This record gives sequence, structure tokens and C-alpha cells, in this order.
Amino acid sequence: MATFSLNVNGKNQEVDVDPNTPVLWVLRDHLNLVGTKFGCGIAQCGACTIHIDGVATRSCMLPISSVGNQKVTTIEGLSENGDHPVQKAWLEHDVPQCGYCQAGQIMSAAALLEENPNPSDEQIETAMNGNICRCGTYVRIKAAVKTASKIINA
Amino acid sequence: MTVVKTSIGRRSFLKTSALAGGGFMLSFSWLAGCKPAVETLELPKEWFELNGYLKIGENGLVTIMSPNPEIGQNVKTSMPMLVAEELDVDWKNVIVEQAPLNTTVFTRQLAGGSQSIRQGWKSLRMAGATARKMLREAAAKAWQVSADEITTEASMLYHKASGKSASYGEMASAAANIEVPKEVELKNNNDFKIIGTSRNNVDGKKIVTGQPLFGLDYRKEGMLIAMIAHPPAFGMKLKSVDDSQARSMPGIKDVFTIKTYPEDYAQQWCDVDSFPDLVVVVGNTTWEVMNARKVLKLEWENFSDHEISSSTFWGTTVKVKVPGGLENTATHNQVMAEASKLATVARKDGNPEAVFKKAAKVIERSYSAPFLAHNTMEPMNFFAHVTSEKAELVGPTQTPEFMEKSVAARLNLPVEKVDIQMTRQGGGFGRRLYGHFMVEAAVISQKVNAPVKLIYTREDDMSFGVYRPAYLAKYRAALDENNNLIAFHVNAGGIPESPLFANRFPAGAVENYLAESWTAPSNISVGAFRAPASNFIAGAEQSFLDEVAEAAGKDPIQFRLELLERALNKPVGERNDYEAKRLAGVLELVRSKSNWGQDVPNVHRGVSAYFCHDSYVAHVIDLKVDNGKPRVEKVYCAVDCGIVVNPVAATNLVEGGSVDGIGHAMFSGLTFTNGTPDQNNFNKYRLIRHREAPKAIDVHFVQSTVDPTGLGEPPFPPVMGALANALYKATGKRHYSQPYLGEGIELG
Repeated sequence: MATFSLNVNGKNQEVDVDPNTPVLWVLRDHLNLVGTKFGCGIAQCGACTIHIDGVATRSCMLPISSVGNQKVTTIEGLSENGDHPVQKAWLEHDVPQCGYCQAGQIMSAAALLEENPNPSDEQIETAMNGNICRCGTYVRIKAAVKTASKIINA
Repeated sequence: MTVVKTSIGRRSFLKTSALAGGGFMLSFSWLAGCKPAVETLELPKEWFELNGYLKIGENGLVTIMSPNPEIGQNVKTSMPMLVAEELDVDWKNVIVEQAPLNTTVFTRQLAGGSQSIRQGWKSLRMAGATARKMLREAAAKAWQVSADEITTEASMLYHKASGKSASYGEMASAAANIEVPKEVELKNNNDFKIIGTSRNNVDGKKIVTGQPLFGLDYRKEGMLIAMIAHPPAFGMKLKSVDDSQARSMPGIKDVFTIKTYPEDYAQQWCDVDSFPDLVVVVGNTTWEVMNARKVLKLEWENFSDHEISSSTFWGTTVKVKVPGGLENTATHNQVMAEASKLATVARKDGNPEAVFKKAAKVIERSYSAPFLAHNTMEPMNFFAHVTSEKAELVGPTQTPEFMEKSVAARLNLPVEKVDIQMTRQGGGFGRRLYGHFMVEAAVISQKVNAPVKLIYTREDDMSFGVYRPAYLAKYRAALDENNNLIAFHVNAGGIPESPLFANRFPAGAVENYLAESWTAPSNISVGAFRAPASNFIAGAEQSFLDEVAEAAGKDPIQFRLELLERALNKPVGERNDYEAKRLAGVLELVRSKSNWGQDVPNVHRGVSAYFCHDSYVAHVIDLKVDNGKPRVEKVYCAVDCGIVVNPVAATNLVEGGSVDGIGHAMFSGLTFTNGTPDQNNFNKYRLIRHREAPKAIDVHFVQSTVDPTGLGEPPFPPVMGALANALYKATGKRHYSQPYLGEGIELG
């Protein structure tokens, strides 16, 4: 066990855990931030996507010891009132079916648009390819990313 | 206007005026919707419960209970829409809450068979209409006028003659004291204001902001985490446990073995007992439990043929044989080939054998598909807190009504002492019909005498599955010298269930018809998977018909329509389980919407149509070939599911079902080596990803006045046939064995 100081969603937090604990489980079990989802545990499905210093990162294989003082952003901290352009677009397109993968999808989309506010279809497909949706909402996800891009550029 | 007798149980009309947050609201408050989607009203000071489905606050806010499990099929939005419609309430003042399991108040709290809206169509509307009538009677009393003269609109009551009006909130208290009406009137379809209009997901905001909604998100003070270790292969059981190292790992509370079901327990259809003895690790946090489980030293041994007790739908107990042995996919193919020779006749019309002998042309093809794992994105999990007094369970289940009985029987508690709360569920697809994980969680909690959340990892989930069976279907068709289809033969079966629907199309459309069915035993657990059996047979049959149409030199849509014309005007046989007119209807709609018959350069098209769960769906897929790889450019989809309750969600379901179908036909499959699944996570098991999904999906619903039929499942099966047929057009190669990826084709 070791103590780690973290900056999560703009707040400083301290946790006392095994240094190998994946950030996913620190968030879910220790900080009660359960918006970040467990899907596969091997960084293949994207349900656990968070931002580390703004970069979309799979949290299920990321040891807490590797975070240091980088800023961690989860779905709960993406916006104060749930009004990030991506969240707005997701609601406008009524994207979710079961909804389980959507936090990860939204975090991947938000990171993409931060880096590239005008992505092409192909760039969206590439950036979103690591996030699996068993319900098959991909068509709406793409449409919502485009709407979010419009909101950002408005 | 339809007059219906109210048949909601008396207990559902208990006229209580519970304070906000009282009763079960309190215990469930972590999940409860606190504010409506559009925050126009504050929470009321007082709630007036008019029946078990709804309560109205003094300020006009209405809470509607959604009775059924929400697995992504949108019932949490669309079922309350039915109540709201007949209540005549303004949707923006509606809060929706997931109802707990309560078989006294609610009927059929189950997610399966695409039946929620079908089964709830009358009862939910009745609940709204009953409350509306009580509000009108309360207003009539207050205003000293006849209730017949009182009209309602958007949560308001009006008496035109006197000019009086009141809001539902103002009348709620008085309405709660009105006697429950013996009969109520339901609206005519053309008076609908909410049904047929698009309403966004009531949980949308919570989903996109990451609020706790799902079973895996549930927590309770003092809760421990549990994981299980199950045998590495079907056909194996536990031999010995050395848990000394695991016990000494940090954060570990206990390690022990459990028996999911006692030996003499007669299992219900939804009980699954592939691995009767499990090793359990319980600890403080997920990571600690995962690590301790890794250091368990477990020995397993093969089990031999044995019998288990199983209860039937009719309440009788039967013995079911479980064969011993470690099974292999390679051997399965041989097993199926042998078993198919011992098929039994399910239906026979005319004299197919004689006609095949004299046919001008006979086309014969075989189709196969592998086991599939459900792979809900939220792995199996459940919370349980069992004391000597009662059992409290919270989590994702499609069959709370049934599993309540299993849990009660296992814990030796009366059913009344088992309380099940449903969370939002990260997918179902049939997997959560089989709630062994609920029994496991309950037994674990009882053993450690603490609240426990049982978590499956993806590997647990995929290797302890209740899989879609593996299937094989052989088809033969006979054409005469004028290319008329004169005989049709299907021989279909699976391990261990048959996919055959003997009375579906093309039964009824061919003079000489033979349908045969067979099964082969297995110890691999199988169960319902989105559109059971249809999810294979639709693709096989629709691929085959495409080849028959080609052999007959006919357009594939025209060929099907001619057969349906026959089934409609001069049906063969006594029993045909589909309406030929409606099946033809979706084919005609998709033909017109896709401009079928117009050749576009580098667009390769395939079509299919299928009936299941009382609904009709036709697909046309457009493929384009770039750099030698076909990609799905567009999917056209025509659907007849009767009245569409919530178009935005219905369209989403059809889009999703189409993507899911393309994905499974193309990429997914579970194979076995010595009883062990060869794929246990997404690095080996492929699900369709964003880049492979269709670029566009164009969904059209047949305008209908028929009461709603199924929608969660019907769009899934037929698209597999359309894909195979389009791939043939694009590459010149027919596909017979799913996943098509294994036949050397990729999507670009």
C-alpha cells in the first residue's frame, strides 16, 4: 500500500492503495466515481475511458502509480452541469440505448474534438474505434460527434 | 373509444398519500429520479398515490412507475408514455421511476421475447385512464357538476359550461379518495398526443453525466466485493482448493466454496447450473479480490454423465441428462452432421420427396453458425444483503419474478421475504434471463453475513455463459422447367437446441414442403440470445432463397413476393405462423425506399425479410468495394411492428439491431477446445466496431393501427441474410458459415 495524491476533476484527493491498482478501480471503489465503467479490464472496449491531461486513456490497465500529478478527468468532471458540447449533442441525438458504454464514448469524443474540432468521418471512425457498443449506436454516435463539432465551432 | 374492465389488483389502488421520499422511495432513493428532465417544477411537498403505477404531487408533478426491466430497449421511457397518454398529462411534468418487483401490483415484470410493450399496452393505459377518471370525478364533486362534462388536457381539468378549471395537482388529494372505477374508457388511436411522438430517454441526462444507474454502480455501507472461480471447462467440476495464499492477501475477508443449487432442487427454466460448485473470494475492494483470486490453487476434474432435476412451465419435475466429457468445436461439426441424419419431421405438405426426384433443377446448400456469447457491456453482477429475516437484492436481471422464487428456495425463505430492486442494465440480449448470479450473490451474502456485490470480470462473463447454441441447417429447393419453386426442404438443428420454425415462411407458400428438426446433447449451457433461433435461421433461409431466386432467374424481391402472393391467396397447410400480407408489405416498402432495381456503379445490394416476435422486418444492404474490401455504405430497413409508441427510440432500436446483426454474422463466434472457450475477452472475441458499422441506416415504419408488436429482437435476424446476399454481389462468393470473417472476408 502507498499513498497517492491525485487531481481528479479539479479536486485534490488522497488514496491509500496498492501502487498497481488500476485507476478505474481507484475511481470506482475508493473515490465513488462510478461513471467510468468496467467493461473488459484489458483496454479493448473503451468503457473505462478517462482523460489524463486531456488525452483519452483507458483507465482499466493504468496503474495509479503512473498518474503522478497529471490531471484526471472523468465523465463526472467533463462539465459542471452536464452541458459539454458532446453531452448536449448526445442528448439531442438520443444516442444511448442501454447507456453503459456511453460515458467512455463521450470521453473519447470529447478528447478527439479537443484535439481536432473539425474531424472528418474517417477521423471520427478512427478515434471512436476503440469504444465498443453492443447495442450498436455507432451511427448516432457519429452524428452526435458532428453536432458537437458544430456546437464547438459556432 | 374502447371501454375496458379495470383488472388491476385491489392492492395497487391503496389510497395512501405518502410523503415524498417515504416508503420504498427512501430505500431506493439513490436510484430514484429526483427531478424531471426539464426542470420546470420543484418536487412536491406531498404525493397522492392514485394507483400503483402513478402518484401526483400537489404541484402537478406526476411520478410514473416503469414496471419492467430496462435493458436498453427503452421501456423505461416508452411504458410510462402509455400511462401518461391516458392520464392526459403534460410529459414535461412527468418523473419516471423504476418500479421494484411487485407481482401484486404489476404484471409480467420481465424483459424477454420483445413483449413488454405488447403485454403492457392495455394495462399501462388502463392505469393512466383510471387515474384520469378519478381526477375528473373529484373535480365533478368539487364543482357539483357531472363528471361526463369534465374534459382534460395536459394535466388540467376543465368544465366548459361554468368556465371552471383546475390542475391535476390541485385535485390530486381529492382524487386519491375517489373510489376506484369499475371500468374506464381508453382513447381512440387518433386521439393520441404522446403515443407516436418522439420522447427522449428519461435517463439520458444521467447517462451522459455518469450518474450511478447500473447494477455495478450500486453500493451500500459496509458492502464487500465478491468474485467467483468456476471450472476452466464445461464438463469439469471442483476437485480441491488450496486457498492459504489467497486468504493472506491484503483486504481479503474470506474464501470458501458454495453450491449454487442444492442437489434436490428442481431448477426453473431460468436457472443455470453448468458449474455447481464455485470458489468464492470476498474482500474489501475489487482489485484486492481480483489479485487474491489469481493465487488460488484449484484442482478440477471431469464429471461424468449425470441427471439434474428441472421444473417445467407446467410445474412438473423432470430429470434432464447432462452428458460428461470435454467438448470441441471440431467434433461438434461431426456431431451435428450425424445428428442431422436422425431428424424428426416437424411439418410435411404434399409429397416433397417425389417432387424432388422429378425436378428440373435442385439446389442444395448448408449453413452453420457458432456458439455466441452475449457480451452485454456490463458484465454479470448483483448486490445481495441476506439476513435471517430477509434477502435484499439489487441489480440487473431480466427475470426478477422468476429469480425471486429461485433465491427464496435456495435461502429457504418465503418469497415475500425476498426483495428485488432492478437497476438500469448495461445490456441484456437474453443473458440476464438466467440469474444464477443472483442466487450466487445471495448465498455469498448469507455466508459472510454482510452486504455483498458479486462481480464477474469479462473473462468470467464470457467463459461462464449461457450461450446462443451452435446451429446447422441444410436446405433443398426444387424448380420445375418453368423455374417455379415446387418443393422446399429444410433440415435444421443445433447443439443442443434446434433453430427450426416449421410454420414460418416459406411454409404455406410451397405445395411440397418438408421441415425436419434435430438436436445434439451438450454440457455447454445455452439459452435465449436476442431473437432466439431466428438469429440464425433467418440468415440461413434468406441466403438460400437468394440463391434459389438466382437459379430461377428472378429478382430476389419479386421471387419472395410471388411466394407470398401464393401464401396469401391459396395458402398450403393448416397452420402458417405469419401474415403473408404484412411480410410482403415490408418487402414492398424497402423496395420502394431503397429504389431497388436502379443500378448504381459500385453499389452491391442484398435483400432479406423475416418475421419474428409478431413483427416484420426487411433489409436492403448497400456495399461498396474500396481497395478490395467491401464496406457497408447504407442499410435500408422497413419495419411493421404495429403502432410505434416512441419513434426516436424505435428507430434507434432498429438501427442498433441492424448493426448488431451485421456484427454477429460477420465477426463473432465462440469456439471450444476441450470444453474451454477459446475466446474469453475482446482481444479474441470480435464485436463490430465503429469503423465497420454502416455509414448510414435509413429506417421506415409501416403506418399501422395494429396494436404494437415486438421490436427489441425483430430487426436483428434478417440483416444477416441481407449482408450475405450483398457480399455475394460484391465479391461473387456466397457465404455459408458464420462468422463470415472465417470464410476469408473482411469489412473495410
